[in-house]
Amino acid sequence: MASIAESTREALSLLFGGDPGLWEIIGISFQVSVTAILIAAPVALAISFLLAYGRFPGRRLLITVFNTLLSFPAVVVGLTFYILLSRQGPLGEWRLLFTQPAMVIGQIALALPILIAMGHAALQAINRRAWETARTLGAGYGRAVWTLMREARFGLLGAFLAGFGRIIAEVGASMMLGGNILHYTRNIPTAIALETSKGEFAQGIALGLVLLAMAFVLNGLLQLVQGKGRLAT
Amino acid sequence: MRTKCVSLFQLYLIGALAVLLSGFTWAAPETSTIRLATTTSTENSGLLDELLPKFKQATGYDVHVIAVGTGKALRMGSDGDVDVVLVHAPAAEQKFVDEGNGEQRLPVMFNDFVLVGPASDPAGIASAKTAAEALGKIADTQTVFVSRGDDSGTHKKERSLWTSASIQPDGQWYREAGQGMGKVLQMANELEAYTLADRGTWLAYRDKSSLRVLFQGDEKLFNPYAIIEVSRQKFPDLNHQGAQALIDWIRGPQGQQAIAAFRKAGEQLFTPSAGTLARR
Repeated sequence: MASIAESTREALSLLFGGDPGLWEIIGISFQVSVTAILIAAPVALAISFLLAYGRFPGRRLLITVFNTLLSFPAVVVGLTFYILLSRQGPLGEWRLLFTQPAMVIGQIALALPILIAMGHAALQAINRRAWETARTLGAGYGRAVWTLMREARFGLLGAFLAGFGRIIAEVGASMMLGGNILHYTRNIPTAIALETSKGEFAQGIALGLVLLAMAFVLNGLLQLVQGKGRLAT
Repeated sequence: MRTKCVSLFQLYLIGALAVLLSGFTWAAPETSTIRLATTTSTENSGLLDELLPKFKQATGYDVHVIAVGTGKALRMGSDGDVDVVLVHAPAAEQKFVDEGNGEQRLPVMFNDFVLVGPASDPAGIASAKTAAEALGKIADTQTVFVSRGDDSGTHKKERSLWTSASIQPDGQWYREAGQGMGKVLQMANELEAYTLADRGTWLAYRDKSSLRVLFQGDEKLFNPYAIIEVSRQKFPDLNHQGAQALIDWIRGPQGQQAIAAFRKAGEQLFTPSAGTLARR
């Protein structure tokens, strides 16, 4: 087996030598995960608003449910949707198993609880008077909601990044729902799993580096935005 | 402050648009795509990377490969989640066809299984006359043996070999990994253990391993691969035309020659067998 240093060197040359196969995998990964988070975010935002400011029976129970779903393992989400989407399953007619949309669906299911739980916490933390002030100053409902979102924007952004971080790095649901098909549903995590099983550590390391670099950039962005926020207020 | 938030929102919209416009493949491509469930051995060995581009060039079909163990591949076939399966477990294949899940099983190629283990060969299987005797020595000396344990073709073969040696393997020395061939070879390497491997994956992996082939050549280790189209009657709306094209091509002169020409580390991995009869 090649040494770690050797594998890493090979990994870097794969990455920066512009290996097309590698960059295609990275592209698929981002396409699927970005789509999933963009679809999940508005839905999650609406639900967290309801949970934070709505008053309806079963609200507490719902919050508990979403917090429980936070610890839903990705493979179980994968298994659940596999059964639903298989030809023999209730949604079999959609013919979605082993396609990118199936992966998007699984990742939405994984992202929603995080987005909702963290979004709810962020909105809850805003002083309720912000809402009343906005309303008394003559803001319509839409306007007032916008004001609250603005107040909670750092928390919401944090939720967005955490959700994205979870889904782009998860292997279980992607593997089961996408099937790890080359040029189509092979993303960074499933490619790492495959390459490792073949004993090809260099490509695994290269893809792992991409995930790490991405996490670094996202966190850096978050820091930057939050830093600016503090200065401005 | 307000302008900044609006710009964040705009950024979101732009991002969303960019993703939707970036040629995202939403619809599952239908008639031009064939879904093939196959075993990890055909994919991990690199054979399909060699064959499928040629097939695409000849016919225009894209093949989506889902590489799993034979057991799961057949399950995908009987659920109608794939169009065609390429696997290596004759008894399970026959059952699949008999139960109305697939059309005829057609031979494509064969290779053989090998028993690999540490170079020091602590159980002394290199001197065995038969596969059953070799396994008997491993069981007697309680040397660690890593089993696929995943209901794959290789696992089924291994179970049948134990049965033919009248051994019920269990205990600390018998470890069921539940993983693909490549992973199991790595585990055997780390644990200095024995395992049963298909020759294709073994050759693809050999250079990264300190294990050796210690026993081979028993007729019981014969490993035939067959291709089966998922039942037309049970799932009329699958891509049967594509599946037929793939079967015709892989069993035709072009496919068979490409299989014979495929080499890893200078060795031929598979022997084409479309001309022969389906063999149990």
